[in-house]
Amino acid sequence: MNAPQKLTLKDFSTDQEVRWCPGCGDYAILKTIQKLMPEIDTPKENTVFVSGIGCSSRFPYYMETYGFHTIHGRAPSIATGVKLANPELDVWVVTGDGDGLSIGGNHMMHVLRRNVDLQILLFNNEIYGLTKGQYSPTSKVGTKSPSTPDGSVDMPLRPARFALGAGARFVARTIDTEAKHMTPVLKRAHAHKGASFVEIYQNCPVYNDGIFDYIKDKKSAADSRLLLEHGAPLLFGEGQQKGLRLNLKSLQLEVVALGQDGVTLDDIVVHDETNLVLAQMLAGLSAPEFPEAIGVLYCQASESYEHSVYEQIKTVRAKKGIADFNEVLKQGHTWTVS
Amino acid sequence: MSVVEKVSEQLEQDPTVSAVVVRFAGDSGDGMQLTGSNFTEATALHGNDLATFPDFPAEIRAPAGATFGVSAFQIYFGSDEVTTAGDDVDVLVAMNPAALITNLKDLLPGGLIIADADAFTDKNLVRAGYQSNPLEDGSLDGFRVIIIEITKQVIASVEPYGLSHKFAVRCKNMWTLGLVMWLFDRDRSVTIENLEKKFASKPEIAQANIAALNAGHSYAETAELPSGVEVYRIPRAEVKPGLYRNATGTESLAYGLIAGGRLAEVPLTFASYPITPASSLLHTLAQHKEFDVVTFQAEDEIAAVCAAIGASFGGTLGITSSSGPGISLKGEAISLACATELPLVIVNTQRGGPSTGMPTKTEQSDLNQALFGRHADTTLPVIASSTPADCFDVAIESVRLATQFSTPVLLLSDGYLANASEPWLVPDLTQYEPFPVKFETEPEGFSPANRDPETLARVWAKPGTPGLEHRIGGIEKSYTTGDISYDPDNHQKMTDVRKAKVDNIENFIPEQTVSQGTATGKLALVGWGSTFGAIHQAVKRGRAQGQDVSHIHIRYLLPFPKNLGELLAGYDEILVPEMNTGQLVNVLRSKFLIDAKQLNKVSGQPFKIREITEAITKLLGESA
Repeated sequence: MNAPQKLTLKDFSTDQEVRWCPGCGDYAILKTIQKLMPEIDTPKENTVFVSGIGCSSRFPYYMETYGFHTIHGRAPSIATGVKLANPELDVWVVTGDGDGLSIGGNHMMHVLRRNVDLQILLFNNEIYGLTKGQYSPTSKVGTKSPSTPDGSVDMPLRPARFALGAGARFVARTIDTEAKHMTPVLKRAHAHKGASFVEIYQNCPVYNDGIFDYIKDKKSAADSRLLLEHGAPLLFGEGQQKGLRLNLKSLQLEVVALGQDGVTLDDIVVHDETNLVLAQMLAGLSAPEFPEAIGVLYCQASESYEHSVYEQIKTVRAKKGIADFNEVLKQGHTWTVS
Repeated sequence: MSVVEKVSEQLEQDPTVSAVVVRFAGDSGDGMQLTGSNFTEATALHGNDLATFPDFPAEIRAPAGATFGVSAFQIYFGSDEVTTAGDDVDVLVAMNPAALITNLKDLLPGGLIIADADAFTDKNLVRAGYQSNPLEDGSLDGFRVIIIEITKQVIASVEPYGLSHKFAVRCKNMWTLGLVMWLFDRDRSVTIENLEKKFASKPEIAQANIAALNAGHSYAETAELPSGVEVYRIPRAEVKPGLYRNATGTESLAYGLIAGGRLAEVPLTFASYPITPASSLLHTLAQHKEFDVVTFQAEDEIAAVCAAIGASFGGTLGITSSSGPGISLKGEAISLACATELPLVIVNTQRGGPSTGMPTKTEQSDLNQALFGRHADTTLPVIASSTPADCFDVAIESVRLATQFSTPVLLLSDGYLANASEPWLVPDLTQYEPFPVKFETEPEGFSPANRDPETLARVWAKPGTPGLEHRIGGIEKSYTTGDISYDPDNHQKMTDVRKAKVDNIENFIPEQTVSQGTATGKLALVGWGSTFGAIHQAVKRGRAQGQDVSHIHIRYLLPFPKNLGELLAGYDEILVPEMNTGQLVNVLRSKFLIDAKQLNKVSGQPFKIREITEAITKLLGESA
């Protein structure tokens, strides 16, 4: 084989015309990931993108790697099969809020609890785009859509909270247009052994435009986002003057202002990404009452599923020895007819 | 006169008796399946040909004494060729009133009943629906009855082992087995070995069961039955020489899949979700991890088939397995495998339906589903196994078709084949022609749309191969580049080529043969799947009586062997016996424009030979 050449973004772009709507957040995500790929030390031929159905699931067609655009909701299961066939492959799952949490919610739950070594990117735009704008399981109550002309009445779920509830051992959140934030988060997700769940706030300019403006716009961003850093206090707001304190009576986080009512830095909760209880609290924070957590909410190393499967096979083989299948057929109670 | 004297008397009156049907029946917790399988093993070692039919309820432990909780195991064995589990029962072992009342109708007049008197309590009699005790009221006068207080005997025989009453009573199936083994001159040593193995960690339980087995045997042999009686001796069967073992359809199917993987030189990824009666395939394969098989119990049927498809994309052969309702759930994903032209094997162990239907009972009513049960034009090869031993070869064939033609393949088995066992001439894999998979490795001229000009199979290029990075998916693809294409002409062409690829398989499978009889004639019985044994025997009997009847059994249901139409045209009449309301018969009618007749049964039970014999006689009588 030739000596490895330094690859660039171009090496990960296909000749296919990208078919998302103009202004779609997916363009920014695609660019960030194409740029990230050369920085990850995985051979291109070992990289696989698997997706389900929906706008986000067109993603693999634009990545010059192996790719499989599958059926609605089933990408986690297909990806599990790919990893079971060849654990050496570096498998990314691209899904959306409808694909991954509605029709495919069951598979998402199980791939996370099983801890298959995948990077699962859930593009959350809180709407069904490809089917022309119906509300989704993450749409806020009151979302007006063709199927809910008077506003949706059912409670949405928070993807990060769902992932933690399902037993995910890596949960992060990032924003479509913020490559500087997304890149290190995805690197962390990639480095994590096991299922890494990354929720990406993604704007749909056609059916749900501007739903994440509160956290993206410079004016409101400081108050509505909580940038997580392991070992750093949970501070936010202009000049990092606000923070989150644990109310010991209600066992909930509360917003406090540094310097007011005697609040000091010592009162502020320090982020510990190995703390599941904290991660669950952070995942549930919603603007405008709270800032929303951005970054790595939870990361706990543990064995991946397919690794354990192959370890077990190794053990069985070591115990049984290399058997001749023809001989195995003759095992058990046999008799000879002459 | 003692019962056994009567048995020998019957033997003297009818010296041609060369085969016997024994049915063990009891509560689902009585261990009847274990009893039956041990008796089967001993019978196989004895050298008789045999076939078995385990028939058990869906309830794991139904309330004791309930009629719906009766579990039965039937074995037909003899010195002649045996291909079904038998029509009528010669010997019925009834462990309680419910077992007696539900099975008595199948017992031949004058047949033998062995009953546990201790279980015929007032409570059990009422629960079974008896007004009075049939062991005492004369209602069994048309049969021969051995009434033994089995429970009391068992408790006495295991007393030295200090078991609790509950565990002591559980040994009564082994006591009864010992008695039946004496009656038919079976060797107990295999059962003893099995018990020692099964209860290796509980030696006192093993010893108690062995003691019960021996006690039942001695009871029959010594003081307890009158003297001057002969053991029921059945000569060895004339069978093909070689090494034999007993195998259920599930076992030989599992071994066949492994063998197929080895002949294809490709590892297997088996993904499935528990469902009766298909789960045992997962269990069997999970025990053979040393043979390049990864097994995966998925969260649901859809995840199972999808993991198998992902595994095929990843460079192994994905296999999934289920029964009818589960196959329905897999439908969308199977069409994805058709669209992406990935190899995949789908095993359907059919059961009584629709919906939950009768999970533990057999039926062959998923043929329509296999042939047509998906959205859009998704043609895929469908093959069916006909006997427990045939499952081995059919499984290999499913792997060959899937890997050589880059297509999902549906393999139809059923609940009867899965659980029934028969002596299996152990195959020698070195005698099978390998069909190694050729993964693409050459980047020059590569396109994921490339096809083998002869088989039309799409190229298999697995991730991890440098220079072959490509995308596949469910969206229609360009015939030339494999890129997304909505071009009208291209869709026509792709639909045509997917169909042509499957149709073309007819050139790579054997021509249809006549399994018994002549290539032309008055009547041909055309079957598929597990009806083989009953049709075979009925045709054999008919031919012995001079009837012009032949038997054709179809393994390849899609595409059909290319000579099938011509072959069927050579008979005046075609009769298609099926355990459904008429599925193959409709396909034959529409494909070959023939007036095929049908014979159908959907009771959850296999055909009796007699039922087919009657249909033959009726048809030949009418057309003569």
